[in-house]
Amino acid sequence: MNYLLGAFKPACNVSITFSDGKNRKQVPMKKENGQTALVPLFHSQDTISGKVCIDPYQGKKVEHNGVKVELLGQIEMYFDRGNFYDFTSLVRELDVPGEIYERKTYPFEFPTVEMPYETYNGVNVRLRYALKVTVTRGYSGSILEYQELVVRNYAPLPDINSSIKLEVGIEGCLHIEFEYNKSKYHLKDVILGKIYFLLVRIKMKNMDLEIRRRESTGAGANTHVETETLAKFELMDGTPVRGESIPVRLFLAPYDLTPTHRNINNKYSVKYFLNLVLVDEEDRRYFKQQEITLYRLKEDASA
Amino acid sequence: MRTLAGVEDEEKWLAEGIAGIQHNAFFMHRALDANNLREVLKYSALMLSELRTSKLSPQKYYDLYMRAFDQLRQLEIFFKDESRHGLPVVDLYELVQHAGNILPRMYLLCTVGSVYIKSKQAPSKDVLKDLVEMCRGVQHPIRGLFLRSYLAQVSRDKLPEIGSDYEGDANTVIDAVEFVLQNFTEMNKLWVRIQHQGPGTVREKQEKERNELRDLVGKNLHVLGQIEGVDLEMYKETVLPRVLEQVVNCKDKLAQYYLMECIIQVFPDEYHLQTLEALLAACTQLMPTVDTKIVLTQLMDRLSNYAASSPDVLHEFLQVEAFAKLSNAIGKVIDTQLEMPIVGAMTLFVSLLTFTLRVHPDRLDYVDQVLGACVVKLSSVPKLEDARAMKQVVALLSAPLEKYSDIVTALTLSNYPRVMDHLDDGTNKVMAMLIIQSIMKNDSCISTADKVEVLFELIKGLIKDLDGTNVEELDEEDFQEEQNSVARLIHMLDNEEPEEMLKIIYVVRKHLMTGGPQRLPFTVPPLVFSAVRLVRQLEAQGGDIAGEDVPATLRKIFQILNQTIEALSSVPCPELALRLYLQCAEAASDCDLEPVAYEFFTQAFILYEEEIADSKAQVTAIHLIVGTLQRINVFGVENRDTLTHKATGYSARLLKKPDQCRAVYACSHLFWVDDPEGIKDGERRALRIANAAQQMVNATRGSSGPVTLFVEILNKYLYFFEKGNPHITPSDIQSLIELINTEMLSDNGNTTIHSDPFFSSTLRYIRFQKQKGGLMGEKYDLIKL
Repeated sequence: MNYLLGAFKPACNVSITFSDGKNRKQVPMKKENGQTALVPLFHSQDTISGKVCIDPYQGKKVEHNGVKVELLGQIEMYFDRGNFYDFTSLVRELDVPGEIYERKTYPFEFPTVEMPYETYNGVNVRLRYALKVTVTRGYSGSILEYQELVVRNYAPLPDINSSIKLEVGIEGCLHIEFEYNKSKYHLKDVILGKIYFLLVRIKMKNMDLEIRRRESTGAGANTHVETETLAKFELMDGTPVRGESIPVRLFLAPYDLTPTHRNINNKYSVKYFLNLVLVDEEDRRYFKQQEITLYRLKEDASA
Repeated sequence: MRTLAGVEDEEKWLAEGIAGIQHNAFFMHRALDANNLREVLKYSALMLSELRTSKLSPQKYYDLYMRAFDQLRQLEIFFKDESRHGLPVVDLYELVQHAGNILPRMYLLCTVGSVYIKSKQAPSKDVLKDLVEMCRGVQHPIRGLFLRSYLAQVSRDKLPEIGSDYEGDANTVIDAVEFVLQNFTEMNKLWVRIQHQGPGTVREKQEKERNELRDLVGKNLHVLGQIEGVDLEMYKETVLPRVLEQVVNCKDKLAQYYLMECIIQVFPDEYHLQTLEALLAACTQLMPTVDTKIVLTQLMDRLSNYAASSPDVLHEFLQVEAFAKLSNAIGKVIDTQLEMPIVGAMTLFVSLLTFTLRVHPDRLDYVDQVLGACVVKLSSVPKLEDARAMKQVVALLSAPLEKYSDIVTALTLSNYPRVMDHLDDGTNKVMAMLIIQSIMKNDSCISTADKVEVLFELIKGLIKDLDGTNVEELDEEDFQEEQNSVARLIHMLDNEEPEEMLKIIYVVRKHLMTGGPQRLPFTVPPLVFSAVRLVRQLEAQGGDIAGEDVPATLRKIFQILNQTIEALSSVPCPELALRLYLQCAEAASDCDLEPVAYEFFTQAFILYEEEIADSKAQVTAIHLIVGTLQRINVFGVENRDTLTHKATGYSARLLKKPDQCRAVYACSHLFWVDDPEGIKDGERRALRIANAAQQMVNATRGSSGPVTLFVEILNKYLYFFEKGNPHITPSDIQSLIELINTEMLSDNGNTTIHSDPFFSSTLRYIRFQKQKGGLMGEKYDLIKL
């Protein structure tokens, strides 16, 4: 029985460990099956090094046509299922064809890897990094093992970060002037601002500030645009009078945001918008959307 | 029906809200017990979400709010204990701001904020400023009001006021004041805004509901009043201007009225005094519909109480020229608020006057000034008809009377009568009565003719018919009361100096003579007696006094008296006139002025003959005449004879026999004056008259009660007998007694001798005299019973 079972099982256990695995930060990542797993975090220019360990099961030998480890950077479009666009693919050959009888460990290293894009898990598109170990075999099929990575890239503080200031309104009905203190926010930032009411002729129920994410994938006629509202933050309750100014203070930390991505590998873009929504007593919505740029600030720099 | 359903619905919504709060509070408590911060925040936010309802009236909302409030106290305790949630308070302060809905977020923020201040990890002023700013997000009036009231409540003990833990280098009392002022301003704005919610049809209900919320706003002023370290300087420079600015700018009548009231009540009097100008300036800028007069009245009441509290503070009033400012402001208010009813203006004047009287009792010119302003106002309107306004004017005029117990002071106020001129006749009388009562109460004597002149000018409503008075409307009783008061007043006019007194009498007479037939019967007698008193005074001092312009001679006075009484007799009121003539005659007699006395008697007789027709009145008159005549001894024989004969003649001509009889035996005294020096010439005639009387009795026989008359005559006999009239002999008396006895027996079988107590008493007296012995006893012994 054992033998029979063994025939369908891989003949060996392949594991990947990182040399700095103990110290490296791990971040949660949602897997395809919906569960969250902790995944090591890398940044561009990091050196990815570690060991691949091939451990044949008791009394088995593993015949192979070579062992290699690849660092893959892929973009996967959901509407184009099965097609991966590898924008990064680095290979290290670990072994020449032969047989493995007992546990064997191969060190590997990808020094200062350029990983220009961040890991991204969107509605229609996914960008992932993974280490892929292939034990090439003949007809019996190769043994594959993946290790996901998360890549996050820090952006420097923007040189120019002007505030957003705008006066909008509906003729003879509502005029407001709003101001957000910056146009570029880092992910743990806080949006400060105020909404100044110049003219109020409608009865309002409330005013919300929404953070919306617009993900556009594909190009030309095949462009898919998906908009999600990630945050809905009530700024005001009731109707103000003329001259009233309502403070805005929105902490970004609690929301699941990513940096703004522009035209990643010509495949997709992710943009963020602040949407100021006024709802009147008849539930009509008046809104004004402003794009903001999100960026990831190196944590200790933001502190 | 609709409103009823509305109430029921509201009950339902409230119940639902309460249930929601309790439900979430339950989970919150469970999380609190487990020290699970995430869950605590989640359920507390859910719980607070119940406060987002718009369906409840303020009262019901308050109910809901209080329940949430209780829960928040528990939450605060949790937040305070870092060991329970493991987060520094500064992080907690950020964390609660992640809540998506503003109302729960703000309640949580305020709660954490209070803990934050308490921890002293941040300057309290920064936290307070942040909280009060962030609360702006809630613009719904009711929810906003309650939120800010919550903020006020949790921050109350954490203000950086002087002496508090939170005061420090960076946190000063200014910050505390700033915070409260800002919260106050915002709350007031919200409160004012409630009226713009919903349709106009429910305006009235809204007003009521708004009124219920006013204390939430007023509380802030209360706090301001209590903050330690707000000194006069700061109050003057910061607090008051800011509060007033808000009051004036909110342009809402309800708020303006309430807040002004609050300001006046909450802050100390001395502050008011020192900031009077600003306060009054604000009063003049209020909406025209605001009842400014009540506000001002309250202010003045407070200030007057303050002034009354201690004499030390009075100089402050002088320093700030309180009166001038108040007077100015009132003038302005009255000028600008054209719609203010006259009663309002009058109320203001009353308050101002009260203030003046309390603060500057010595400044009569101020009082007069107030009255003057009042006159100006009254002149600008047509005849005063509003009863309430009238009442205020009366109050206005009464105030000085009460203050200066001496009416004389009021008499020097030149504007006093001018104000009175604006009253209608009825009120004028009421006022005049008040003046008189005041004089009576204080027993103050008016002692110069000038003052009397002014006084009568004031009470002229009582003295004469004013134009247009409908006489028929007068109530008889009231009228009598009024006139009696005037009569009493006349007795209060007195001066030791006869010359001045005579002047007073002249003045009084001048006024009284205009009174008309209705009044003269009331007013002339006191005047006459007053004059008679003067006469007697002069007599006591030895006669006439040579005055400068009005020589106070007795003859002169009697002449006036004569004229005065004459006026009365033409009213007609002959009985009264007769009495007064007799009084005067007696006075003249005492002064040895025979012709004058004679003249008076002549007048009396003329009256009797010509005017007194009623038989009963005649009887009374005769007795009066006889009585007076009997006492007067100034007449010479001739005059006396004339008069006594006349009197006897009248007596004999009375209608009823018993009356004749009584009058005649009374006349007998005229011929027998019990005085050694007196006239005894008529001894015989006295008897004759008594006999005549007896005959008259005989004539009445058959009618009821002749016996009584006999007994009366017997008494006269005894009188003269005792006095030693030689013509009355014991036998005369004896026969009269027998006559009576026979009369009694024959008169009525039922009547026994003892049934006439008068007679039996008389007999007893005779027996007594007999037994007593002595000279009189011997005399009586001759009478046999």
